[in-house]
Amino acid sequence: MIQTQNLRKSYGTTPALRGINLQVQPGELFGLIGPDGAGKTTLIRILATLLLADEGSAQLDHKDVVADYRAIRRSIGYMPGRFSLYQDLTVEENLTFFATIFGTTIEENYELIRDIYVQLEPFKDRRAGKLSGGMKQKLALCCALIHKPTVLLLDEPTTGVDPVSRQEFWEMLQRLKAKNITILVSTPYMDEASLCDRVALMQDGAILQVDEPDSIVNSYDKPLLAVKTANIYQLIQDLRQFEPAHTVFPFGEYVHLSLKSVVWPELIHGYLLDRGHADIEIKQAMPTIEDIFMEKSQV
Amino acid sequence: MSYVPMCLGNPGKKSYVPMCLKRKQDYKFFKINPMGTNKKLSIFIRKEFYHILRDRRTLLILLGMPAVLVLLFGFAISNEIKNADIGVLDYAQNDQSQRLTQRLSASEYFTLALPLHSTQEIEEAFRAGSIKMAVVLPPKFGEETARGLPGSLQLIADGTDPNTATTLSNYASAIIGDFLQEQQPLQQQPMVIQTEVRMLYNAGLKSVFMFVPGVMTVILMLVSAMMTSIAITREKEVGTMEVLLASPLPPPLIVIGKVIPYILLALANTAVILLLGTEVFGMPIRGNYALLWLECFLFVLTALSLGILISTRTDSQQVAMLFSLMVLMLPTILLSGFIFPIESMPLPLQVISNIIPAKWFIIILKDVMLKGGGMELVWQETLILLGMTVFFIALSVRSFNIRLA
Repeated sequence: MIQTQNLRKSYGTTPALRGINLQVQPGELFGLIGPDGAGKTTLIRILATLLLADEGSAQLDHKDVVADYRAIRRSIGYMPGRFSLYQDLTVEENLTFFATIFGTTIEENYELIRDIYVQLEPFKDRRAGKLSGGMKQKLALCCALIHKPTVLLLDEPTTGVDPVSRQEFWEMLQRLKAKNITILVSTPYMDEASLCDRVALMQDGAILQVDEPDSIVNSYDKPLLAVKTANIYQLIQDLRQFEPAHTVFPFGEYVHLSLKSVVWPELIHGYLLDRGHADIEIKQAMPTIEDIFMEKSQV
Repeated sequence: MSYVPMCLGNPGKKSYVPMCLKRKQDYKFFKINPMGTNKKLSIFIRKEFYHILRDRRTLLILLGMPAVLVLLFGFAISNEIKNADIGVLDYAQNDQSQRLTQRLSASEYFTLALPLHSTQEIEEAFRAGSIKMAVVLPPKFGEETARGLPGSLQLIADGTDPNTATTLSNYASAIIGDFLQEQQPLQQQPMVIQTEVRMLYNAGLKSVFMFVPGVMTVILMLVSAMMTSIAITREKEVGTMEVLLASPLPPPLIVIGKVIPYILLALANTAVILLLGTEVFGMPIRGNYALLWLECFLFVLTALSLGILISTRTDSQQVAMLFSLMVLMLPTILLSGFIFPIESMPLPLQVISNIIPAKWFIIILKDVMLKGGGMELVWQETLILLGMTVFFIALSVRSFNIRLA
């Protein structure tokens, strides 16, 4: 459904994309995972026909993003990273406006947005600018969906949204997927990766790995421990000095420590005791996407 | 915008493609089902009106500004002088001097503020600001002239304000000249050339006749060029332009949809200014109303095309506003002949004034409103404006970005 071949794009001398090759299958919920500045927005904008790549090509539904941009603009739903609806128009006015410019009506495609719109309906006469963050994103999704697109391009739809709304948002995406809409969604939240069918890990304009979330996690081959002591900051400093340590980074209340080879936990315990740590807790950890990311970006 | 092909020869033939759209690309530009396009345009315009109507402060400025400006120029900022305070130092104290003093104070230009008794008092009165001009009548005033000899009197004006000083002394000289002439039988007059001055089209030299066209030009420029450039860049700044571009809306429709409400607003302002000008200040409209409105509409289009051009080159409202003010408003006010006569500018500025649309529009307005001229009088200026409009629109179409950045 979406293909890119060796996409490159620079802003001045700063490279944003360094040769992106991507294949997204029809009906797939595909995640672009990566920190800010990884190039996610640039990639999505090129696919949405809003930016021209310096090199390489991309197709949506076999239509070229440069030559057939008009056709693509008719068939995609695009939701930009920041809230881009009319703040001084009400919920209903926004939705009617976008339905009309796509040549349709709310009634015609109500089926598709009903699940989302029922939550917005009580506020339909409220100005969009006065909605909460989560509500704004739901409205934006409605507006992007109103013309029944075959491909949805969502740029960080859950950034700045509370955890409950994020959860709800992903449930909506699952339901849309069931209606056979191909969805490309970018997010900086690593924990959202597991909600996608497949993900691409992006950093510094390059794709590190593309696979199903489980396969990515299972591909992790280093011993991984979760460590906790009374002084987390000192702990990170000390573990980074620790000879067998491969990666060290904070993960919730723990510090995730991956090792170059298997090391007895007692050895680490002793090392930390020597450094004056108290309340030491060391346990086996299950790798997550974040661990993969740290691992890949270490190289 | 619905595009309906005009077929003059055989209106029934559907496959007709007008000459200007022969290139495949051009045709594609407009090839959206016309019914749907109409609907899209109308909702776009409706949306634009919501923006305008819901931004109360801007709306107030847009609608109130023309009235305020016209009234301000009409009543306060006027270079006509009425009821200026003068002082008379009368050394003669005879019949003639009394009559002249009365004559001066009877005119609408002067009010006798205080009698003066010495040259010292003149200085004091000027310093205190209680008079704008002093008239000094020498002893035995009028006696020489009665005998056919040249007489004299002195006018002292406040040179800190040269314009007022000149105007006042001119008024006074004229009144005194009239007065002297009446005092003498014609046959006794020395051989002098009598200049008969007649001010065509504006016999009273009313400044209203000057500023109504000027204010109209400034307002139309402001509403059309500045407000549209701000409105379009706002979509870029807020990010909605991104969504609009990624939608199937053709870019010309986006621009037309944004511009139409401002055309209406500008025409409403034109009506307000014309109404105030004619009803409150007695400005005549001697020419054809339809022609006048057509010319206003043309100038609105010129200004809009400039506004669109600015918006294609800028990404923020602030820059668009500054740019409009500096590049459009200042020349419109200063170089159009509205405030400073073009004839008295240094040559380089005179040359530059030719590329200011406002200059031509003011000429057109004066020709139509005051001289009562028709198309035969203003066709050159109209063509120039038309040419500028086409040029700016072509330039903005070229630089309108169908993508971001």
